[in-house]
Amino acid sequence: MRRVLALTAALLLLLTGCTAADDGPDDGVVRLRFQSLAWQKESVDANRQLVEEWNAAHPDVQVDYVQGSWDSVHDQLLTSFEGGEAPDIIHDASDDLADFAYGGLLADLRPLLSERLRADIPARSWEATTFGEGVYGVPFLQEPRVLIANRRILEASGVRVPTPEKPWSWTEFRQVAQDLTRTMGPGRYAVAWPLKEPVSVSLNLGVSDGGRLFHRGPDGRVTVDFTGADGTVPGTVHAQVVTDRTAPRTTLGSGGSDTLPGFFAGKYAMVPLGFAYRQQIAQQAPEGFEWTVLPAPAGSEGLAQGVSPQTLSIAEDSPHKKEAARFLDFFLRPANMVRLARGDWMLPTGTAALADPSVHTARDGWATGAAVARRLRPAPAQSVRGYPEWKDKVATPAFQEYYSGAIDGAELRRRLVEDGNRVLARYQRG
Amino acid sequence: MSALRTSGPARAGQYLALLAYLAFLALPFLWLVSTAFKPAPELASLHPTWIPKDPTLDNFRQAFDEQPLLRAAANSLLAAVSAALIAVLVATPLAYVTARHRGRLAGAATGWVVISQAFPFVLVIVPLFLVLKNLHLINSVAGLVLVYVVWSLPFALWMLMGYVRAVPAELEEAAAVDGAGRIRTLVSVTAPLLVPGVVATALFAFVTAWNEFFFALVLLKTPEKQTLPVVLTHFLGAEGVADLGPLAAAAFLATLPSLVVFGLLQRRITGGMLAGAVKS
Repeated sequence: MRRVLALTAALLLLLTGCTAADDGPDDGVVRLRFQSLAWQKESVDANRQLVEEWNAAHPDVQVDYVQGSWDSVHDQLLTSFEGGEAPDIIHDASDDLADFAYGGLLADLRPLLSERLRADIPARSWEATTFGEGVYGVPFLQEPRVLIANRRILEASGVRVPTPEKPWSWTEFRQVAQDLTRTMGPGRYAVAWPLKEPVSVSLNLGVSDGGRLFHRGPDGRVTVDFTGADGTVPGTVHAQVVTDRTAPRTTLGSGGSDTLPGFFAGKYAMVPLGFAYRQQIAQQAPEGFEWTVLPAPAGSEGLAQGVSPQTLSIAEDSPHKKEAARFLDFFLRPANMVRLARGDWMLPTGTAALADPSVHTARDGWATGAAVARRLRPAPAQSVRGYPEWKDKVATPAFQEYYSGAIDGAELRRRLVEDGNRVLARYQRG
Repeated sequence: MSALRTSGPARAGQYLALLAYLAFLALPFLWLVSTAFKPAPELASLHPTWIPKDPTLDNFRQAFDEQPLLRAAANSLLAAVSAALIAVLVATPLAYVTARHRGRLAGAATGWVVISQAFPFVLVIVPLFLVLKNLHLINSVAGLVLVYVVWSLPFALWMLMGYVRAVPAELEEAAAVDGAGRIRTLVSVTAPLLVPGVVATALFAFVTAWNEFFFALVLLKTPEKQTLPVVLTHFLGAEGVADLGPLAAAAFLATLPSLVVFGLLQRRITGGMLAGAVKS
């Protein structure tokens, strides 16, 4: 018992030494906390190096690098904001900002950002972080969806290989999938759709054929409407799984990584994945495996797609917003944006960074992504209030059931529109 | 004793069920160990094997290179050991009083246990954050320990009350008859008999604190103070993508302290301290 008491006393002493007092010394140096969500080694290294470079050049404004996690960032930020302890500089994605922006928790960046940075990033990217009148984040990295294909199967089949200049149409994609499946033999499929998150895939790819789903009226109210254009992508996936049998049912509930073993084994010829998955493929592909990156099929709007760019924001409560904005300006200089993009295997949003030769190389499919970059637009739903609930309670189960063949197109439409509008109406009362 | 005797096939069935249950518990851990030693291409194999074909330590090297696992483990250990010790030091006398002197206090304590278990983390986290902020305990392992103690205290109390009730009051009465005072009885008779219960409770509090993620995520701001579960999430990317090899390696290492502590203490838990205490 004495030993237990002694141990407890020692631990209490140790803990006393661990209590807060982390406001930093009062030495006149401004200290900024930068929470980054970079997680892959190359990306973390790029972030850390840039912070070190800034700190070395700016002894009066020091940045502390803190690593957060995509998995839990929303809850963690929400609590930190409520407690007045949010980081000064916040890395997130544009589709996660709406609540924070409308809630007055993020600073409006319009008066803070440099003219260079404002001009460097195209207006369509700024739209992704504009909520109401304000701009609440700098969009700096973006990730289109591409088709990652087994080069040997594709070339052996004799189908036309699409390029960004001459992509497949959605109709041609369906036909090609039938041809490929025929040549591949039983138990193999032309395409594997990993649709664990079916809503963002359906909506963002749907932009290529003019799909919008969400319509803002003159009074600012948003309603859901499911037009023919909205049905192109869901219709294609449904047909491939249920009618054509060119896509397996088994991957519908999978994440992108789960389809890779089958892809590497030649069971699937193509997998629609986010651009950054190339890193995983480059790392895990068996020796001699040849893969290529193809643009996603095009519709009436060409290669257009919806994306939710990664963003950097400044907390409204930060006492050093100007210094934080200066750091952002440094952090997102074209050369630095290229380093960050290559570290994350994503595309930069900045015009100057996007012109860098290193993101146009054919190796690992960078050129295909860069060619698509100009056509990327903000994801259709991200600024709609009530979207998360609509997505979780209405759209996700509806799309999952439709893709697996459990409900038909009419029922999908009814649920998305009727049930969906009931959800959205609750957020737009008054 | 004949009532306890079971037939051969029934006994075989029991062992089979036990084996199945053990396999059910062990398989995820074994898979984690297997994954930790697999090179990247094997992780994406369509026909994965239990035993890595080309075992490697690269995942461990990468995990240590990329994240401060040792520092995080030290923080976790400090938080978990402190929380476990403080929880049992507070809960043991409380449990004794509640169990021995039944009345309103016991009823209230039981009610507290039930009610406190009904609150999910997300419901209490914001008020808790504000309270700790006023106490200047945000971003401090001490603040985290305080939360862990409060969080595990009701269940610890409930567990210990059961152990106290299992100690026959006749033993204490016998000690009193032999001339032992109240304190002497508690220290020399009751306390030794409660050791397995205290150890089990401490183990529960340790494992709870060691594995806890959400409070640590929200309350600790600087990397130097982050605990192991928080650091493990740094191997996860958006949309469920993970750096699987290093994650498995780090997760495997993170399970070791719990296993070691359990291994060291399990004899104390199952030692049958009460055996022979009462003549049957």
